[in-house]
Amino acid sequence: MLLSHRFLTRNLRSMLFIILAGALLAGCGVNNIPTYEETAKAKWSDVQNQYQRRADLIPNLVETVKGYAAQEREVLTQVVEARAKATQVKVDASTVSDPAKFKEFQDAQNALSGALSRLLVTVERYPDLKSNQNFLALQSQLEGTENRIAVARRDYIEGVRVYNTELRTFPGIIWASTLYRSHKPLETFNAVPDAQRPPPVKF
Amino acid sequence: MSAAISGTIVPGFRGLAGRSSGLHPVLTLFLLVAAAVGTASALTFPQLTGRVVDDAGVLDPSARAALEQKLADFEGKTTGQLVVVTLKSLQGTSVEDYGYQLGRHWGIGRKETNNGALLIVAPNERKVRIEVGYGLEGQLTDAVSRLIIENSILPRFRAGDIAGGVSRGVDDIIQAVSVDPEEWKARAKRRPDQQPVEFDLFTLVLICIVLFMIIRAVRQSSRSGRRGGTIFAPVPWGGGSSSSDSWSGSSWSGSSGGGFSGGGGSFGGGGASGSW
Repeated sequence: MLLSHRFLTRNLRSMLFIILAGALLAGCGVNNIPTYEETAKAKWSDVQNQYQRRADLIPNLVETVKGYAAQEREVLTQVVEARAKATQVKVDASTVSDPAKFKEFQDAQNALSGALSRLLVTVERYPDLKSNQNFLALQSQLEGTENRIAVARRDYIEGVRVYNTELRTFPGIIWASTLYRSHKPLETFNAVPDAQRPPPVKF
Repeated sequence: MSAAISGTIVPGFRGLAGRSSGLHPVLTLFLLVAAAVGTASALTFPQLTGRVVDDAGVLDPSARAALEQKLADFEGKTTGQLVVVTLKSLQGTSVEDYGYQLGRHWGIGRKETNNGALLIVAPNERKVRIEVGYGLEGQLTDAVSRLIIENSILPRFRAGDIAGGVSRGVDDIIQAVSVDPEEWKARAKRRPDQQPVEFDLFTLVLICIVLFMIIRAVRQSSRSGRRGGTIFAPVPWGGGSSSSDSWSGSSWSGSSGGGFSGGGGSFGGGGASGSW
């Protein structure tokens, strides 16, 4: 009787200790690294979604422009090729922590941005096309998507900043060097001077 | 003495700064914090005083009152929040950039459905934008927003009739967004239910197991009669934490009480802009 009582109190105490230790550890931010990583990855998938959305809009846009400005073959071909290249880049979970893969993704999307802005500048020369309702709708969708890409990229950069800071600063650095050794810093976008600039508007 | 201390500190500091590898983590932290402070203080936002925030002072009181009424009716019918804001200045950034950050700052729209939208007018930069929250992007698409701006708002703005353009724009936005209330209720129900259920079940089971073990241990020990006090001691600790939960809950609901405030909705850059 005495033995089982002692066993039970010890059991109870160790259980309480585990609960308390868990609460204390959570207070010390032991969960921060995985939490921030998941947040950053969720933001990354939003970036991917928006780029995908842009890629989906392009065939329709190209067809509409072709109807009015078929002689602009060079610019149109560039857009189609850049789109094909951008959609061929394989993106998976490891892309965000692999600098080479990330650069490949970013370069392909930047090339597409550049080709698209050249197309939109060219289109300025065709008043019939510019007043076409279908084109107007496509253009506003494309503008909206570019804007969403900008927002999603900024959110992702911020998410990665929080995560990478947690990995490199106290107290996160303790957990990063003990519990979460496999957690690598994530890659982030850097601004590209030419491709990011909106196309100039001529009157 | 103090001269001696500063004399020892300064060369020591220089020595540290020269050895970049030793200072690296500290420096990175410092730079990151500096960067965070820099981006956070980049834009200032006007206060959310009501459904019409006329920071630029371009709407007369009667037009403002009419708009307020219209927007309040809209929210009463659909729970969607629509806010009209006029800005003195875009503070050097684009209306797209300012718009989504303002929407997030105010938290326009319900938190669960993100059904908020802003009509932003910057008369000094001659820019107008319809900023659409995540939840309304399906009805108020980029193309629809663009059409509202091009056909309803800009012609009136070009003629100098800011109040008329805003009023007509609000009418069109409400029309585009209005779906029947049943659909809204169904949509509000659809999303938040799915995830928390299994988590709740899991916690419930866990709590039951812990409670069961505690009760059994307490009963066992009280039967033997000794050390009852030490075992009971942790119980108030659990009670204390649950009372702090209820306190934080009540303070949250209190803050969203009187007047008009955003429901915590978020924005992702949807919508369209125009200039006149």
